[in-house]
Amino acid sequence: MATVAPPEGKQDQTLIEFDVRTDEMLVNMGPQHPSTHGVLRLVLRTDGEVISEVTPHLGYLHRCAEKIGENVTPIQFIPYTDRMDYLAGMNMNLAYSLAVEKLCGMKLPEKANVIRVLIAELNRIASHLVGMGAYGLDLGTFSPFLYAFREREMILDLFEEVCGARLTYSYITIGGAHDDLPSGWVERCREFLNYLKPRIPEYHALLTTNHIFVQRTANIGVLSREAAIAHGCTGPMLRGSLDRRLGDPDWDLRKIEPYCGYETYDFNAVVPPFDDRWGWNPPRDSVIGDAWHRFMVRMLEVIESIRLCEQALDRYPNAQGSHRIEMPRHLTAGETYVETECPRGQMGFYVVGAPGKGVVPLRVRARSSSFCNLCVTNEISSGCLIADVPAIVGSIDIVMGEIDR
Amino acid sequence: MTAADITALLEQQFGSRIASKNLEAIDPFVVVAAADLPDVCRFLRDDSRLQFDLLNCISGVDYLEPDPKKAPKAGFDPHLEVVYHLSSFRHRHRFVVKVMLPRWKDDKPGELPEVPSVTSLWAAANWHEREVYDLSGVWFIGHPELTRILLADDWVGHPLRKDYEYPLEYHGIRGR
Repeated sequence: MATVAPPEGKQDQTLIEFDVRTDEMLVNMGPQHPSTHGVLRLVLRTDGEVISEVTPHLGYLHRCAEKIGENVTPIQFIPYTDRMDYLAGMNMNLAYSLAVEKLCGMKLPEKANVIRVLIAELNRIASHLVGMGAYGLDLGTFSPFLYAFREREMILDLFEEVCGARLTYSYITIGGAHDDLPSGWVERCREFLNYLKPRIPEYHALLTTNHIFVQRTANIGVLSREAAIAHGCTGPMLRGSLDRRLGDPDWDLRKIEPYCGYETYDFNAVVPPFDDRWGWNPPRDSVIGDAWHRFMVRMLEVIESIRLCEQALDRYPNAQGSHRIEMPRHLTAGETYVETECPRGQMGFYVVGAPGKGVVPLRVRARSSSFCNLCVTNEISSGCLIADVPAIVGSIDIVMGEIDR
Repeated sequence: MTAADITALLEQQFGSRIASKNLEAIDPFVVVAAADLPDVCRFLRDDSRLQFDLLNCISGVDYLEPDPKKAPKAGFDPHLEVVYHLSSFRHRHRFVVKVMLPRWKDDKPGELPEVPSVTSLWAAANWHEREVYDLSGVWFIGHPELTRILLADDWVGHPLRKDYEYPLEYHGIRGR
């Protein structure tokens, strides 16, 4: 009987059996898929309903913002930062402004800092509201989205009064803020915060305590603390995986590396467990690091942001100085890397000033928080069901404009 | 730990393998040769006094003045830098490590300069290195899958090089 020699390295017949994975299938998800939050394409390697590998493909929204940054002056680049994380334009303006200010050694007056804190925290609320509403959409409930947009609309109205734009603000700029707050705005903002506060229990009634929501998010996409740190995850993604009982720090840049005078405000970084500071107990099946905890970190950050806004509103009438100082005509030679706490994590800008008297930087590098948060997808999705992928990707709360830049 | 302490510790450990340092910069940094990078990074990550467990960012910076008239006054020689921004979760300090590279390997245009990958030390390096390869044109030796990440797989060139030429046409789409 003639025998065929097995291929090299495959002498054991059982090995061949295992090597042929007959049930595997590649499923393409996106780039036009409602639960990929923009133009993210995921290629899922599945074994039946179970996912064995997720490969994200990026770049559909790439505009080479970093190259543009090398060709325009810092003030001209501010509008491009709006278009990175378009749900939190103010925070992106702030991140880039702080980097350039640090490079030029500018020191801002108190009033500019108070306005910045106030506006950045309002934008954080708006961003987290969208995050919450869109997460509900991912999981198949439409109502929270409408509630979230009702409140966000009011924030956008407030922003429109301040700077005339509703999405791409370019309001916070190098040297402070573009304009002072209009008259009567402080009262209207306070009115809005008083309106918002009793609405938050509504969200929890609709979503957080909803049995279906808990079933879809508790113990899903569990990200360990070690994996989060190794993959460079930041923001709510990292904080959702920390545990204060194990001695983890309040890892929030506003706390550990304060900028804009955050150290003088009274607020808490949101790190699990939630029972002592916020009176929330996780659902029975939930473990630290799962999608429910990431979602909850965002919801509680809204409460902390309201507190910050109120303190900033109290300070504004007595704040000293101007809302804006002039930027030096030329950039300083040298380089600096500044990270700020944006709604989606630590947004860093690395600005290299050209030697000599340059007005345009030699290099602008944007370290995107969503970019680093997304790279952990494969790690936390392996072994899940296909239906859990929207729940996991939604809990990362990505904005493709920021990832692709 | 302050940057001066970190630098002193590195010099004590590696001696002359730390090619240069700059403690006066806004963000102090050390420069190491490409071949020494994995050892230095491993020490930075694993030493109990340093514990740089967060890799924040990897950036490629192209130092080139494309205009030949301005080049003599540019204030730098043409070269490429790969900059690693690190921070520590436990000690809450930050540090910067730089690698200086020629713009092209062996000065042959088109041959990418090479740096050892640090993916085995920080998982975060995986996508960052792909991005630096994609946009700045640096080849990371030992990277598990060094492919373009933001641009299309069939894209030609590395746009963040200062002498990059914008394509006139891409799959029938007009450029410029």
